[in-house]
Amino acid sequence: MKIHRGAPMYARRMKIRREKNRREKKLQGAHTWVRPYRKKNMKRILEKIVESVLTVSGATTGIVILLIVVFLFREGAGFFRHSEIETGYALCVNGGNPINRLTPEQIKAIFDYEIDNWSLAGGNDEEITPFRMNDISNYYTDEELGENYEFLPEKLSEIISKTPGLIAFVPEQYLPDESADVKVLAGGKLNPADFFGGEIWMPTATPAPQFGLLPLLLGTLWVGLCAILIALPLGLGVAIYLGELAGERVRNLLKPAIELLAGIPSVVYGFFGLVVLVPFIQKTFDLPVGETAFAGSLILAVMALPTIITVAEDAIRNTPQAMREASLGLGANHWQTIYRVVVPYSMSGISAAVVLGIGRAIGETMAVLMVTGNAAVIPHSLFEPVRTIPATIAAELGEAPHGGAHYGALFVLGCILFLITVVISVMAEVISKRQHHA
Amino acid sequence: MLETRNIDFYYGSFHALKNIAMEMEDHTVTAFIGPSGCGKSTFLRLFNRMNDLIPNTRLTGECLIDGEDIYHKSVDVTNLRKRVGMVFQKPNPFPKSIFENVAYGLRVAGISDSRFVAARVEESLKGAALWDEVKDKLKKSAFELSGGQQQRLCIARALAISPSVILMDEPASALDPISTSKIEDLIHILKKDYTIVIVTHNMQQAARVSDKTGFFMLGELVEYNDTKKIFLSPEKEETQNYITGRFG
Repeated sequence: MKIHRGAPMYARRMKIRREKNRREKKLQGAHTWVRPYRKKNMKRILEKIVESVLTVSGATTGIVILLIVVFLFREGAGFFRHSEIETGYALCVNGGNPINRLTPEQIKAIFDYEIDNWSLAGGNDEEITPFRMNDISNYYTDEELGENYEFLPEKLSEIISKTPGLIAFVPEQYLPDESADVKVLAGGKLNPADFFGGEIWMPTATPAPQFGLLPLLLGTLWVGLCAILIALPLGLGVAIYLGELAGERVRNLLKPAIELLAGIPSVVYGFFGLVVLVPFIQKTFDLPVGETAFAGSLILAVMALPTIITVAEDAIRNTPQAMREASLGLGANHWQTIYRVVVPYSMSGISAAVVLGIGRAIGETMAVLMVTGNAAVIPHSLFEPVRTIPATIAAELGEAPHGGAHYGALFVLGCILFLITVVISVMAEVISKRQHHA
Repeated sequence: MLETRNIDFYYGSFHALKNIAMEMEDHTVTAFIGPSGCGKSTFLRLFNRMNDLIPNTRLTGECLIDGEDIYHKSVDVTNLRKRVGMVFQKPNPFPKSIFENVAYGLRVAGISDSRFVAARVEESLKGAALWDEVKDKLKKSAFELSGGQQQRLCIARALAISPSVILMDEPASALDPISTSKIEDLIHILKKDYTIVIVTHNMQQAARVSDKTGFFMLGELVEYNDTKKIFLSPEKEETQNYITGRFG
């Protein structure tokens, strides 16, 4: 009975419900067409805006980086378009002299009286007489040269033709006319071989500035390398201690302190180095001066430490607990676990730390400028003054005339610094990749 | 034989294990089941002192392996862990080659005889039913293996140091059904030579692989008996409710 009466009842109830549902759906449908759709549209537009803002900022950053690099290399390339002889001046020799071209180093040696015979520069056996403009008073009085030096070129021509071994360094404006007796030496363009192989850096020397990269490059690498040799073992040691051994309280105290070190301006480090470290080194090693490559390395090591420690320690702590447990579970002790599992596992982080540390050491300017003594000579030991590339740029850019050879040379230095860092990061990338595949 | 007497374990002030007494025979498989957070993993990790790594924990009672209290001061923990191997929930091979993963336990034990190591690695990989799949790529990174293979590699790694006990903490929970069944088959084979204790969330798995089963709840060992008995006619109502899926 119940079933009989219930079944049609149920069917009727379902029909009513279906109709109700349909009505509600219709209503809802109408609803969704008007407002929520617009809302959805707004949201989509907003998302598009955010997306384009992000894209634009990414693109801008990329373009800015590209612009900086292009600018750096363009200015640097300009250097090699300059003449070897100081701009606005020329060198003249007697017409009988077979010499046609002198290298910057030869010119420097001649005017520093280091070479006194033309045969040493590839010419005849003839004594060299260097002549600068202020030597003119030995030959002629001011009256003879005229009120506005209008007779100067003529007189110069006379001097040059009279003395066979003479070489004169004269302003282009008073250049004597070229003749059988007077030969103007063509100043060649500065060439890369002289620059990269040059051993003397004297950008303000006259008549020929000396742009030799080697002392600066070796100084930079020397100081940077020693800094890393000091900072790396120390930094890794501290990172491992903090990540694996230190108690929670020690860690909470030490880590912020180390991070604070990274925030100290480099001038302050330099000041500290100058006042404390330099005299200390001078006394301890009994040196004539304390401003040495060693002082620079120590300061750089201290400055690179926070970076190395923080990054390496993060990597070490990010080693999954499961790795440690697996190692310990196989009967390894704590030390074996650290050097066989934890360190290899965090190798990519550690190499990142190394690169950041080296980057800091190579590129650091101020502190190094203050404590290394800034003598642009090729270093032979740790206890000699050196000069690094960044310090050179910082110290000399203010004095270099804009657009001149010196100015260009500093940009070439910038390019070299840039290339060094690129090489280091690529190396680190390769190392960390290889570690991951092992 | 593994044995515990009056074990109480605390994480800080949290009482994680309450007065647990239990015996596990040699060459048997014992399964621990129970809802999450019931203490079964904690209990398992007592046997190779893995809980020592967690700061702020406290243990009272006795935990014996072959009659020796493993928490006694004179016990060398690394030696203990060489006797008690462990396989973890997630496969956790080292970032090394397959060969070096298995050889790890031997290396840290100071064994440098390369012929012995090679033989032992092969034996262990065969023991973990992985040899045929990896014999041609022993020098490849362990990360190139599938999840199931990685877990069997971890078992091989544990076998290499010839333990007498193997602890397995949900060894198949991160694996697909095929890999799981391979692990279960492996457990059946390993039983001949090792005492195995396994924690699992999967009750069918416990029923399939174990000889005895312990049911844990809220830090207490509610019931411990032959697996058949636990699943067919449990004595306690909580056990009945749990295995029939009424809670947990």
